[in-house]
Amino acid sequence: MVPLSYYLVLSGILFACGVAGFLIKRNIITIFMSIELMLNGVNLSFVAFAAHWHALAGQVFVFFVMVVAAAEAAVGLAIIIAVYRTRETLNVDQVNLLKL
Amino acid sequence: MTPNLNLWLIPVLPLAGAAVNGFLGKKSSRAAVSVVALFFSGAAFAWALAAAFRAFDTLPYQEYLAHWIRSGSFSADFAFYLDQLSLVMLLVVTGVGFLIHIYSVGYMWDDAGYYRFFSYLNLFLFFMLTLVLANNYLLMFIGWEGVGLASYLLIGFWFTKDSAASAGKKAFIVNRIGDFGFLIGLFLIIQHFHSLNFTQVFEQIRPSPPETAGAGVLTAIGILLMVGACGKSAQIPLYVWLPDAMEGPTPVSALIHAATMVTAGVYMVARSHGIFERAPVALTVVAIIGTLTALFAATIGIAQTDIKKVLAYSTVSQLGYMFMACGVGAFSAGIFHLMTHAFFKGLLFLAAGSVIHAVGGEQDMRKMGGLRTYIPVTFATMLIATIAIAGIPPLAGFWSKDEILWQAYQTNWVYWLIGLITAFITSFYMFRLLFMTFFGDYHGVQVDEHGRGSHSHGGHGHGEPHESPMVMLVPLIILAFFSVVGGLVGVGNRFEHFLAPVFGSGEAAQTAGEAASRGTELLLMAVSVVAALLGAMLAWLLYLSKPHLPQKIAAALGGFYEAVVNKYYVDELYATVFVKPLVDGSTRILWQGVDRKVIDDTINDAADGARHVSDEVRHMQSGNLRSYAGWIAAGAAALIAYMIWLGVGR
Repeated sequence: MVPLSYYLVLSGILFACGVAGFLIKRNIITIFMSIELMLNGVNLSFVAFAAHWHALAGQVFVFFVMVVAAAEAAVGLAIIIAVYRTRETLNVDQVNLLKL
Repeated sequence: MTPNLNLWLIPVLPLAGAAVNGFLGKKSSRAAVSVVALFFSGAAFAWALAAAFRAFDTLPYQEYLAHWIRSGSFSADFAFYLDQLSLVMLLVVTGVGFLIHIYSVGYMWDDAGYYRFFSYLNLFLFFMLTLVLANNYLLMFIGWEGVGLASYLLIGFWFTKDSAASAGKKAFIVNRIGDFGFLIGLFLIIQHFHSLNFTQVFEQIRPSPPETAGAGVLTAIGILLMVGACGKSAQIPLYVWLPDAMEGPTPVSALIHAATMVTAGVYMVARSHGIFERAPVALTVVAIIGTLTALFAATIGIAQTDIKKVLAYSTVSQLGYMFMACGVGAFSAGIFHLMTHAFFKGLLFLAAGSVIHAVGGEQDMRKMGGLRTYIPVTFATMLIATIAIAGIPPLAGFWSKDEILWQAYQTNWVYWLIGLITAFITSFYMFRLLFMTFFGDYHGVQVDEHGRGSHSHGGHGHGEPHESPMVMLVPLIILAFFSVVGGLVGVGNRFEHFLAPVFGSGEAAQTAGEAASRGTELLLMAVSVVAALLGAMLAWLLYLSKPHLPQKIAAALGGFYEAVVNKYYVDELYATVFVKPLVDGSTRILWQGVDRKVIDDTINDAADGARHVSDEVRHMQSGNLRSYAGWIAAGAAALIAYMIWLGVGR
């Protein structure tokens, strides 16, 4: 039996990778993937706790997160395509029309 | 069964008049304004008379109008109380007030602020009647403050004149000092008797014995109430505002600063007789203040040359008499003098106004003289008033003043002696005024055909001094009539018996002992008449027979004369001791020190600090989304670290 802490550490590493990628990367698709990574890091801790405490709520929650993530991916990717079409770039630093 | 008197109408009628004239008067003609003002003040007088006739036998009469304050067991209501004491005041205020309204129509006709004047005058009547009719101290205090306001407005009526504006302010501020004492007195009454209702408070006090061995609650209350009365009724040390108040129009001086408002203090002390009778020390304070004021103000009156200032100091002095009477426990004598004083002093002021009118706005008596041939009616009425105030029988002032002196003699002959000296001085300066104004030769500027010379406040050209119009003379004649016969109601102690239901049997006991000392009373009467006649003789000697003598005497007296002319430098003393430190302290410490350095600087520094910090911090707001995310992540990390360090959840 793998102890709970292993899962949590892995979950933390995934989440941290996600945060780091989100902060460092400039490509909007990479940023998007980093967000998915953070979500999955959280999902992992959810299921780990659910298994540990023998409670179903955590697992159900993960489904919800996955649904939301899928919806977000659909909308987000559509936006990215739209942005690329108008701006012809995927670099977020150049998508700055709203900035003063 | 007492009929419903609808007493509330009496104060409310003048209020309605004030409102109508105040809001609509500017657009109305002078005639309309006069009609409104006279109607409402006259209606109040008529209603007061009607109330007097209907309720005469069933006094005291209470009228409850509405709730005002209900807090726990304490209550103060809009309710009126009519007994013999308030009835006398009611008739004096409405009666003299109405006459002065009539007079003002003539006197103020040419003034640009005609409607404003009558609006204020009616407003004054409203507050004065509230004061007089109130059945509790709090409602009385409303009237008390209200007449102060009306007085301020009317003293500063010609507010473009600097001296008038500052005289108004002075009156207001000096009165505040007195009101402060009055208020604290009221708080003490609430604390100890849980009520401000006259009847309730006095009923609680009645069983308690007099506080003979020095101070107690009642003594404190009494002295504090006297402080209030000192302010309103211009007694030492707060009398300084009244002479300055002569900056107001003369009818105002007559109504407010002679006949009615300044007697509010006497009325209040008489109303609180239940308290004072149980507090001998407070009563002594009243008597001493009254006696000193009577003498002090009379001596200042000798050397004044402004006709209205003489009358002002005379008023202060006569008010001193009233307080002397209250102080020796002779409240009804004080109220009696209040009433006769209202007649003859109101008359004196109105006649003085007529004189001023005649000589075109001049108030300096040295520039008058010989006026009796020019203005015979004014002269006749003023002569009557002068004889009345001097205390020569059988005119009004004699009866009331003699009653006071007699009562004072029974308490302590020192009061009587000072009162007698004051009576002598009173007679002297009043006849001096009369002789300087009406006898001798006219010293005024003779205005030639081109209207050059003396400046009239009314603006119409003056040739020779001329008699005032009928509308001004009729009130003079009516008041002169009352100055002659007004004292007769006091013959044989009838006035005292009339007021006995209010003041109780305290004085009746003295009356019992009177029979034995009847001879003494007559002797004292004779002495005071002789004193009055001597005063008149001296005035005749100095100002008619040997007009060069006064200057010699003045020169001989030197410094003392200077002091009297300058009113004993009391104003200067107050300016140095109270006003200057206050102004300096306010300027240097409170304004420059506290306000500028502490409050302003704190706020300015806080604002500056906020701007400096913001200047630095605003770079965080880069608009770069990822840097925000970085901050969020860093913040979350810091929070988690902190929670781990705290050991949350362990």
